[in-house]
Parts: sequence; structure tokens; C-alpha cells
Amino acid sequence: MTTNALAPLYRNPVATRKLVVFGCFLVSAITLIPVVMMVLVAFQSDGESMAAKPSFWPSSWHPENLQRAFELVPLGKYLINTVIFAAGTTLLETITAALAAYAFARLNFPGRGWLFGIYLATLMIPSQVTLIPQFVLVAKLHGIDTWPGMILPHAFTALGVFLLRQFFLGIPRDYEEAARLDGANRWQAFLRVIVPLAIPAIATLAVFKFISQWNNLLWPLIISNTDATRTAAVGLQAFQDTNGTQWNLLLMAATITTVPLIVLFFLTQRWFIRGITMSGLGGR
Amino acid sequence: MAVDTLPTTSIAPPQTKPVKAKRERNRETLTAWLFLLPSFIGFVIFTAGPVVAAGVISLLDWNLFSPPTWAGLRNFARLGPDPTFWSALGNTVYFTFVSVPLTIVVSLALALLLNQGVRRIAVFRSLLLLPYATITVAVAFVWIWLYIPHDGLVNAVLGLVGINGPDWLISDTWAMPALIAMTVWKSFGFGMVVFLAGLQAIPQQLYEAAKVDGSSAWQRFRNVTVPMLSPALFFVVVTSIIGSFQVFDQAFVMTHGGPGSRTTTLVMYIYRTGFESYDQGYAAAQSLVLFAFIVVITAAQFLMQRRLVHYDN
Repeated sequence: MTTNALAPLYRNPVATRKLVVFGCFLVSAITLIPVVMMVLVAFQSDGESMAAKPSFWPSSWHPENLQRAFELVPLGKYLINTVIFAAGTTLLETITAALAAYAFARLNFPGRGWLFGIYLATLMIPSQVTLIPQFVLVAKLHGIDTWPGMILPHAFTALGVFLLRQFFLGIPRDYEEAARLDGANRWQAFLRVIVPLAIPAIATLAVFKFISQWNNLLWPLIISNTDATRTAAVGLQAFQDTNGTQWNLLLMAATITTVPLIVLFFLTQRWFIRGITMSGLGGR
Repeated sequence: MAVDTLPTTSIAPPQTKPVKAKRERNRETLTAWLFLLPSFIGFVIFTAGPVVAAGVISLLDWNLFSPPTWAGLRNFARLGPDPTFWSALGNTVYFTFVSVPLTIVVSLALALLLNQGVRRIAVFRSLLLLPYATITVAVAFVWIWLYIPHDGLVNAVLGLVGINGPDWLISDTWAMPALIAMTVWKSFGFGMVVFLAGLQAIPQQLYEAAKVDGSSAWQRFRNVTVPMLSPALFFVVVTSIIGSFQVFDQAFVMTHGGPGSRTTTLVMYIYRTGFESYDQGYAAAQSLVLFAFIVVITAAQFLMQRRLVHYDN
């Protein structure tokens, strides 16, 4: 843990340690400024937040802004829609990817190599390339502003299959062989041996997918035309349109939209960080 | 692919060898396809199919409302004399080649700081990773607020050191740097976590051996840390460049691509062409050009990787 690549630069280890801790505090504080300001402005009065000269610390606190933000635009509906969108894509992707990854990792069938190659090849392709055909497809199938139209096109990416296959390959075959000798078929072996062992990888994939879909702006922007499926990321724009820039309510809405994700991040941090390092050091 | 919904039964009764082996193989193929099918159907319809369709649509004149007509390569020929396309490309390149090095430097510096044997490293790591876990759209609004001309927080701080800050987001010169600063803040956490894991994996003996050889701290950084970290560096550079080429959210929210088209990125132009002008053929052609740029840049990096990246085994 203590690599100390630069430590001997300094003569005094105690002073060095204090300097390092101070540095950590300082950069953390600076980093958090935008998030802190988002919350502070959210509680300012209308007059204060819209004044020509912005105020930083609220001179009076207005917790009623929370309720007002929900009343001004259907923010509650947007949040529910965001959960449906993010959870729907995550659930579908995780289940289908786990099944497919098992076939690629453990089962022999003709064409496995080239089929996996095709999956891999699409990983390189930016999502903008598929954006227009996906939109055309959804429009032709009358899927605009519907949940299938929102969710399905984003639930079958190759990334999930790729990540889970890598993980499944690392699980010793013996465990599964033992279950098979006890008479379990492939499906039972998958469900009772592989899935429980792969929970960390599956959770990592799910957390990443959920966060990235909660963030997704472009797809809901073109597919959801009404409040029926509009997500919070898109809904925040409408907020600005309908109100000029009523900073306190806009940033209150931004806070409300961000907080669930930050809470999720802290709860699932272990998997989140594992996900980054797993993919990050995969190339080694 | 004609797969019936046969139940996947368990181990077959003993039979003569070749027949048994063949039946085993067939059953395994069938089982494999049952596992694959849900993903495969979705993948063909929503990922692989659209990739092929993008190529076809790029050869059409199509506004979605009237039937498409064949355009051949006309959509690609239109890119040449289109000034907005070139400025979008220029803006994207500018954004990428400033924001990626800056993000990497910040990520690496903070990873090195956290790796100096700080106690409660996890707490600082979480705090510093927080921007990465926020929603781009939501924090983009905060950054608009931070960049308010004259008395906004950024200019107020600059004022303290005697700098008269520009009107960031409405300035021809400063709108793009303002987006870049926001992006660096939003995304450095990713690289930081990757680098931190990389640093912690470097064997301590390498540093001790270098010390015995009498090398300075800088030499140890240059000759031990950088080579050992180079696979992680390479990974972060490649993924950051790919991500930066696709930047959309912050430009869409903070500047709407303006002032003029100073911050209109390639993806933003694709969005405008496809969903504001409903020129689907031209938008598809643009998206393929974006893809081509990403492929060329990524391939170039993989070629350079051989000289610059050090792998253990």
C-alpha cells in the first residue's frame, strides 16, 4: 500500500506525512466545491439565487424549494421514469449477458469463435453509429415514447457478454464438473454454481449499467417526446426552458436527480471500484 | 439456427462411443444456443443489425417522412464543402487533445498523492471519485452557474488574484476551455482509480533495488513507476480518447454548441443533422466518419504501444 515513489524527496518524514494529508484534504475540498454549491444554491430564496450578483452561502434557508421543484415540473414522474429506464435496461442486459457469457465460456458449439468475434467487433463501434438506425427502427415499430422503445435498444450490448465471459473463464471447471457428476444439467450448473460464484462480476456490471443509463441523455432525448417516458436527465432541460434560469429550483432538481446516484455509488463502491480496475488492468 | 425448445436433459445413457460422442456434441450445441438466444436475438436486432443499417442509410436521401431515395456516395461528398462539419471536427479534436492530457495529468498526480501512504486512503479516494459518480447533465447546470459572467464563483476567485475573468460560456475563445475544465473535473476519478490500483501493484523491491543503485526520486519515478504503470496509462489514454470523441452532454447543456458553432462537437452535429434537420442519410454518413476517426486514432495508439508500453511477461 505504501509505495512512496516520491517520499525520499523530503527529509522529514513527519512533516511529509502532514503535508500529504493536507494535500489530500485540499484537493478533496476543491473537488467537492461544485457539488456543495449545487446544494447550497438549491436552498436559497428566489431573489437571492436570481440576483445579478450570485450569492454563495444562503442568507436564508428555504427547504420548501424541495417541494416547489416537484410542483414546478413533474420531477417525481421523471425520477420514476429514470428508475424504470435504468433498471429495465440493467435487468435485461445482466440476465441475457450472463446466459450468453456462459455459452461462450463453457459450451462448445460450431461457430463459437466467429460469433464471439462479431460481438467483440461491435465493442469498438461508437453508439452514435447505431443511434440513427435504432431510432428509425423504433419509429417504424411505433415505439417512440414507449418503454420497449426506450429500453430494448440499450439492453443487448456486447460489453456485458464480454465482461462476464472473462469472469466465467476464471472460475475453475472442477466446481461445475462436481455438480454435473451429481446429475445437474447445464442449466442447473449455471444457476447453482456459476451464478453464485460470479455475483461480484454480475453486480459490477449491473452497477455500471445502471449508472450509465441514469446518465443517458441522448437516447431518451430523441425517444421520449412526452412526460410518459421522459427521464430526469431530459426533464432538467425542460426545467430551464420553462423558468428562464431560476437557479434555486433548477439546482434543487439537479440535486434531487444526483443524490440517488451518489447514494448508490457509496453503497456499491466496492463493486464500482472493482469494475474500474477490473477493466482498467484487464490489458496487463 | 432452428432451435426447438427441447428440455436440456442430464447425462445420456451409455452407448457405443462415436454415436454417443456425436449426440453429446449435438446436445451441447443445442444447449449453447438456448443460452445464447435471448442475447443473440436482441444483439442482432438492436446492435449488429443497426451497424449494417447505418452503412445502408448513409447511402440514402431520407427524412423519415417520405420514402428514401438512393443517394450513392453523395452524403459523403457533402462533408467536404460543409463548413459546420469541419468546425465540428476541429472542435472535437481540440476538445480531445486538450482534455485527455489534462485529465491524465490530474488523475496521475492525485493517484501518486493518495499512494504516499495516507491513512484512510479509501475516504479520500471516495471523495475524489464523487464527480465521476455524478450525473453529467445535473452537474453541467452547476457549472453554468459557476461560470456566470462577472460575479460567478469562478470569476470571483480569479478576481481575488487580480484576474478579470472572461464571460466563459459566451466567449468565442473561452467557451471550449470552460467545457474542458468541467470535463476534467467530471472524469479524472476514473483514471485516478486505475492508476492507484496500478501503483499499488508495483513490487516494492523494484524501488529498493533502484535506491541501492543510488537513483534519485525522479529517476525512480521515470524508470520504475512510469514503465510499470504504462499498461494502465495506455488503457486510460485509449478509452479517454474514444470517450472524448463522443462528447455530447456537457456541450448540449452548457453551450448548445455555441457561441456560433465554437463548441459544436461531432456528436452534436450528428444529433442536429439527424433529429433537428431530419437528414438521416447525412447524419449516418457523419456517424461513420466519426467511427473511422476513432478506428484510425485507436489503431495508431496500438501501433505506438509496442514501443512505449512495458508488459511484464
